[in-house]
Amino acid sequence: MILHELLSFELLRVIWWLLLGVLLIGFALTDGFDFGVGALLPFVGRTDTERRVAINTVGPVWEGNQVWFILGGGAIFAAWPPLYAVSFSGFYLAMFAVLAALILRPVGFKYRSKRDSKLWRSSWDWALFVGGAVPPVIFGVAVGNVLLGVPFHLTDDLMPMYEGTFYGKFLGLLNPFSILVGVVSLSMLMMHGAAWLALKAEGPVQARARSIGAVAGIVAIATYAAAGLWLAFGIQGYAIVGEVVKDGPSNPLHSEVVRTASWLSAYAERPWIIIAPVLGFVGLALAVLGLRSTREVSTLLWSKLGIFGVISSVGLTMFPFILPSSKMPAASLTVWDSSSSHLTLFVMLISALIFMPMILAYTAWVYKVLWGKVTEKDITDNSHTVY
Amino acid sequence: MELDVVELSRLQFAMTAMYHFLFVPLTLGLSIIVAVMETVYVMTNRPIWRQMTKFWATLFGINFVLGVATGITMEFQFGMNWSYYSHYVGDIFGAPLAIEGLMAFFMEATFVGLMFFGWDKMSKVAHMIVTWLVAIGSNFSALWILIANGWMQNPVGAEFNPLSMRMEMTSFFEVMFNEVAQAKFVHTVSAGYVTASIFVLGVSAWYMLKGRHIELARRSIAVAAAFGLASALSVVILGDESGYSATHSQKMKLAAIEGMWHTEEAPASFTAFGFPDQEARETHYAVHIPYVMGMIGTRSLDTAIPGIAELEQNAITRIRSGMIAYDDLMKIREAKGVVDESVKLSFENHSADLGFAFLLKRYIDDPRLATEEQILMAAEDTIPTVWPLFWSFRIMVGLGFAFIAVLGYFFVVTNWKGMNYPRWALRMAVIVIPAPWIAAEMGWFTAEFGRQPWTVDGVLPTAMSVSHLSVTDLAITLAGFVTFYSILFIIEMGLMIKYIKKGPYMDVAETEEWTRTHERRLSTLGDPVVMPAE
Repeated sequence: MILHELLSFELLRVIWWLLLGVLLIGFALTDGFDFGVGALLPFVGRTDTERRVAINTVGPVWEGNQVWFILGGGAIFAAWPPLYAVSFSGFYLAMFAVLAALILRPVGFKYRSKRDSKLWRSSWDWALFVGGAVPPVIFGVAVGNVLLGVPFHLTDDLMPMYEGTFYGKFLGLLNPFSILVGVVSLSMLMMHGAAWLALKAEGPVQARARSIGAVAGIVAIATYAAAGLWLAFGIQGYAIVGEVVKDGPSNPLHSEVVRTASWLSAYAERPWIIIAPVLGFVGLALAVLGLRSTREVSTLLWSKLGIFGVISSVGLTMFPFILPSSKMPAASLTVWDSSSSHLTLFVMLISALIFMPMILAYTAWVYKVLWGKVTEKDITDNSHTVY
Repeated sequence: MELDVVELSRLQFAMTAMYHFLFVPLTLGLSIIVAVMETVYVMTNRPIWRQMTKFWATLFGINFVLGVATGITMEFQFGMNWSYYSHYVGDIFGAPLAIEGLMAFFMEATFVGLMFFGWDKMSKVAHMIVTWLVAIGSNFSALWILIANGWMQNPVGAEFNPLSMRMEMTSFFEVMFNEVAQAKFVHTVSAGYVTASIFVLGVSAWYMLKGRHIELARRSIAVAAAFGLASALSVVILGDESGYSATHSQKMKLAAIEGMWHTEEAPASFTAFGFPDQEARETHYAVHIPYVMGMIGTRSLDTAIPGIAELEQNAITRIRSGMIAYDDLMKIREAKGVVDESVKLSFENHSADLGFAFLLKRYIDDPRLATEEQILMAAEDTIPTVWPLFWSFRIMVGLGFAFIAVLGYFFVVTNWKGMNYPRWALRMAVIVIPAPWIAAEMGWFTAEFGRQPWTVDGVLPTAMSVSHLSVTDLAITLAGFVTFYSILFIIEMGLMIKYIKKGPYMDVAETEEWTRTHERRLSTLGDPVVMPAE
């Protein structure tokens, strides 16, 4: 096939870096509010019916939303195989915890209301809470560790190896900076879930979601600012030295990488990227204000904007790094040396161009069909069919 | 067997994949059966079909959610447990997985919510389309997953790149239209249709035995028998197609399934029964059926199928060729690609055998220094353990033919004997419910165990594919999965049984309305009017 030569390897790598961002942000914007609702569940619903209202606001859509995560995994595998190989095996037990939480969640949604027993339902409430609260924390902790650099190295055969014993590897993830990023992630998504509940629920569930969501939003703003300052003054960055080959074979060991004073030097090189953290702060702040007033649709949109800003700020700050190695900086994975082949990136781009618009269109249609509030009456009238 | 990281990783993959596949076949088939029922409802407007749709959809939902939940593990454990595999073939293998998400899984998962929650929110036709989209999405999922798996069995459209130290795609078209993948796809989805048909048949038969929901049960049996019979025939035909394609792609797997230790004169006979003995390299008490194997494998009477001993000799040749490829690879890698044309040419000639040199890594770090003895040991490693393959394959095939008999019987009684099912037949239909799952698991076992010692046939040995993990890491996750999955299994079975016992939810208003308007016709026909009970 010659067709793929139409787009340069370098350009395709940048496009796939952007698409990686689109998928992660798409995941956070859609499944994010499902996580948020799960994490808020014990606090917004005091009676069984109230909890069912909260669950049923996401009932028909969580399944589609979760595909952003699955697709994210598939796309990383297809477009960034070294990233898939190094990160998932490196964060092994953390990934296992995420899987366990993500398996609990669908089952919790589907099975919770299938039996009447109190013990049954409260057990699944716990499962939904864990399934909603744990993944955001782990994702945040993982991002924190990526910013710090992950202790892996590559052999000459490009086999990823990790430092330390089993306990060291797992507990090593839980350092103060990463925990801080975990708090950013959880509080941000709790706010997002609250914004969703403010739109889809009414009465006490909505009122509680609003007040908790506003607090979560303020926590998110404060911790995001704190993490930014920490990054500016306390954490070394990475840089490629020497000639940067942007269309060479995907072999991380071909480039040389050094530690720099701070990641934030990126803002000196590419000042325009300041827009990302600005959007993050503005979106989060307006979402907090929206939660405290009675606005519904706009609050959810501001919340989305805030999340978009926060996540893209991480990617733009690190560019072209994707997964830096603290143990062997030369092994760090970058946009230029850890992608799939030219042909695969092209084929995948074509597939994405065909299917992404379709996905967005039918997802929008489904949300339109389901538009409107979930009320306590809906639950009691349809008790046998709803979650 | 000593449980090292490789064995534990294999065990974990086998366990999670086979567990996942407890739910997949029913999803594949039941989604279509439900869509067919809803289509009949839309076309005839008869409430009984709406009730059937909703009832089977409830069981579909209980099953579907575990298929989705356990599928999450599948998407991520390549990276977690098989990181070298992920690096080495991700350029090819990742693409179908990602396209599966884009094209199929997004569709089924987005619409499945509407399927359950959208009955009152859209027109009947729109809802029927939604149900069909769920069914189509599920089946397209299977297509891409089997394209990925088919590539592991028959790695076409790719070549090794010494500079990135991995396989890279050369033709997406070849990967997609891989003959092994296409045969496997139809074989696998048909097996899913059979599973769902047997399930619907068995549950309905149980209702008939209990004298409950007769109207629902009779119509469900009619659908299941027709759909199931067509699918059961398709499973066998496409299974044969898989066998045929294995003759040129996976000769060793075919020989091992057959317990064919030495090349036979064409046309080879099929061993229907026997006890394969790996040590002695012969099959004891073998019962042969002449000509059959040669005809399945080569579709001719004069082409020989190579036996295990001959294939082992072949492996020795390929290991030696692979050692040359490995030597060239080291030179190319050290010079970052700047080497003599002669080295490049030599590498091109031998790179197809590079994977065979990797087999030596089990015995020596640098395959170039391998001794004769080590080469022989590596060649012997290319022979999978025969007896589990021999037997799992025969159990699968035997069950496959049994399904044709059962479904064929019910098809005949439904269409030509006035639906007077004898009680023994109904009891048999209930007893046979678990059998399609056994057949499906045996089929996967044959396909995957038969590929050993490779993860990607002839390209990457299993022993090299794993992650840099400790036994502790794997012990923890394995124990976690076993506990977690066992609990979920018990819960799922409990709910399934509860909802089957409970029967269809009463759609009273509509059903009464319908029976009133059709009262006269029903009374003249002598068709007993049975109200759907709760």
